[in-house]
Amino acid sequence: MTGAAATAPQRRDRSHSLLDLHVLGPILALAALILLGTGISATNESTFLSASNISNVLSRSAFIGIIAVGMTFVITAGGLDLSVGSMAAFIAGLVILTMNSLAGTVESVPMLVLVGMGAALSAGLAAGAINGFLVTNMRIEAFIVTLGTMGIYRSLVTWLADGGTLSLDFTLRTAIRPIYFGGFGWLTWPIIVFAFVAVLGELVMRRTAFGRYCAAIGSNEQVARYSSVNVNRVRMATYVLLGLLVGVATILYVPRLGSASPTTGVLWELEAIAAVIIGGTVLKGGFGRVWGTVIGVLILSLIGNILNLTDAVSPYLNGAIQGVIIILAVVLQREKKAGT
Amino acid sequence: MHMKVILAGTAMALALPAAAQETQTVGVSIPAATHGWAGGMNYFAQEAVDRLEEVYPQLDFVLATAGDAAEQVSDIEDMLATRNIDALVVLPFESDPLTGPVAAVADSGAWVTVVDRGLSQEGIEDLYVAGDNPGFGRVSGEFMTSQMPDGGDIVVLRGIPTTIDNERVEGFEEAIDGSGINVLAMEHGNWNRDDSFTVMQDFLSRYPNIDAVWASDDDMAIGVLAAIEAAGRDDVQFVLGGAGMKEMIARTRDGDPMIPANVTYPPAMIGTAIELTAVGLTSSAPVSGEFTIGSVLITPDNAEDYYFPDSPF
Repeated sequence: MTGAAATAPQRRDRSHSLLDLHVLGPILALAALILLGTGISATNESTFLSASNISNVLSRSAFIGIIAVGMTFVITAGGLDLSVGSMAAFIAGLVILTMNSLAGTVESVPMLVLVGMGAALSAGLAAGAINGFLVTNMRIEAFIVTLGTMGIYRSLVTWLADGGTLSLDFTLRTAIRPIYFGGFGWLTWPIIVFAFVAVLGELVMRRTAFGRYCAAIGSNEQVARYSSVNVNRVRMATYVLLGLLVGVATILYVPRLGSASPTTGVLWELEAIAAVIIGGTVLKGGFGRVWGTVIGVLILSLIGNILNLTDAVSPYLNGAIQGVIIILAVVLQREKKAGT
Repeated sequence: MHMKVILAGTAMALALPAAAQETQTVGVSIPAATHGWAGGMNYFAQEAVDRLEEVYPQLDFVLATAGDAAEQVSDIEDMLATRNIDALVVLPFESDPLTGPVAAVADSGAWVTVVDRGLSQEGIEDLYVAGDNPGFGRVSGEFMTSQMPDGGDIVVLRGIPTTIDNERVEGFEEAIDGSGINVLAMEHGNWNRDDSFTVMQDFLSRYPNIDAVWASDDDMAIGVLAAIEAAGRDDVQFVLGGAGMKEMIARTRDGDPMIPANVTYPPAMIGTAIELTAVGLTSSAPVSGEFTIGSVLITPDNAEDYYFPDSPF
């Protein structure tokens, strides 16, 4: 929390002075959830704190988590991307089709997997670049651009799948399963990649010119422009980075069930945005916190996990509990900001 | 195929002016292919339309797919205003919003066939082709009891909270009542692979022993199977899905012990509805009334009959 303070925009100083709840809010919420889970698990002999449950929760957080790290940059720079869920579904469909169609000609399975990964990353880059181009060069509102591409990618995956499900060839499925389920014991690959992306994201946000430019643009685009920040290029880069990370998330997603359908990734965009905001990033831009986003993602996954471990709450109310906790987590850290 | 046919042969001749020479237009309005079952339904609707246009040159078909209830209302209004349809085959997105517009079609004198989901008001449609949701649950429950005569512990994954889901679960609970089968927990997997995978992982963390799973849908069964496999648990003896996805039927046919059976809820019922409507329009055979398509148990013995390799579902 030090270091970059001198060069960061004005806002940093303000948030620094109310370090307490603003910083502690999400951590407190996460700690409360962990306590709650442990308590519930003690009453009904389930295994909340077991390595396998923790591994499950962290692995399943990885998709949204990796995307949410990218989303943190987009939102910090005053943008928004609603298309990520559909984009993930579309890329998953593309990867499956690519690998299936090459399965006959390319013998080596590792080679095929590499081709699949390459397809995912390049499709993500391209999709992110399209969003970025429309937002920066065409000067269309990010909300509208990504609402449009959200519909486009969702329809494309439905069309590719003929309304049904795209499934990976069975032999390939066994070959790539370890990408999601494998790793070092409970430390599975999705957890490792998520951790790597999160640490890298935090460093980029705090220690690089790019991170500071994002905050500057989100804070006041005009001032950033006068300070000779290449606003369009930075903004473009945030969307491309997010697209790339959607590609990474898809690489981890496809091996889990080996399929993609029109319901893949539904509402991921809202979960990712919610995680970013719970973590303390400002929705209208200007201030971003990658580690907060990681905590936000964990809070969201833990709510679902805990609700599945208990019968105390009617499953009809799951959404309501989630809503309450999301709002509480944000209230906790906003309290002192009221009036500023 | 057991089909419980209740054909109340009423005054259908009045409703259907059998002008054989004139071209008649049939509007078909269905939800878009947003999930597996709906994808299958779209496929069978298109197939029925293509085939019937060949068989009946005097019939013209208009097929519209809608992304939500409001869009479906517009589709139906357009069909009535611009195509002057003589018959409408509709699978309502939701019952309430579609009741008024479909009633308007009926008032115009056109034949109305409602499929799967009923309208909120009775007596609007001339023909109702319905899936049997309580029966779907009952057949599933009866299979569970037959597989576990001494009882056992199961978990249940439910669909999206809807009347359809409630009817299925009630039918299931009645069928297993008193059999010694104990439902450890029920959660909504929303007919979705990813959601059911997550729910099943958590069930496995929560219960050290689960004898069987009623996944109640094949998409959910796929998620459940992946979770069991990843956890390396061998206490779960089998998973019962439902709706008859072709990949799952193939596994039942090939004798996969984890998927010993399936229960139908055929998306091809849209084909039945279009076909019956065409028969009604072109012949004097009575087709009005209610036609309930029973949910049938698929086992390795009869799986081949329910395997449609070209269908997307």
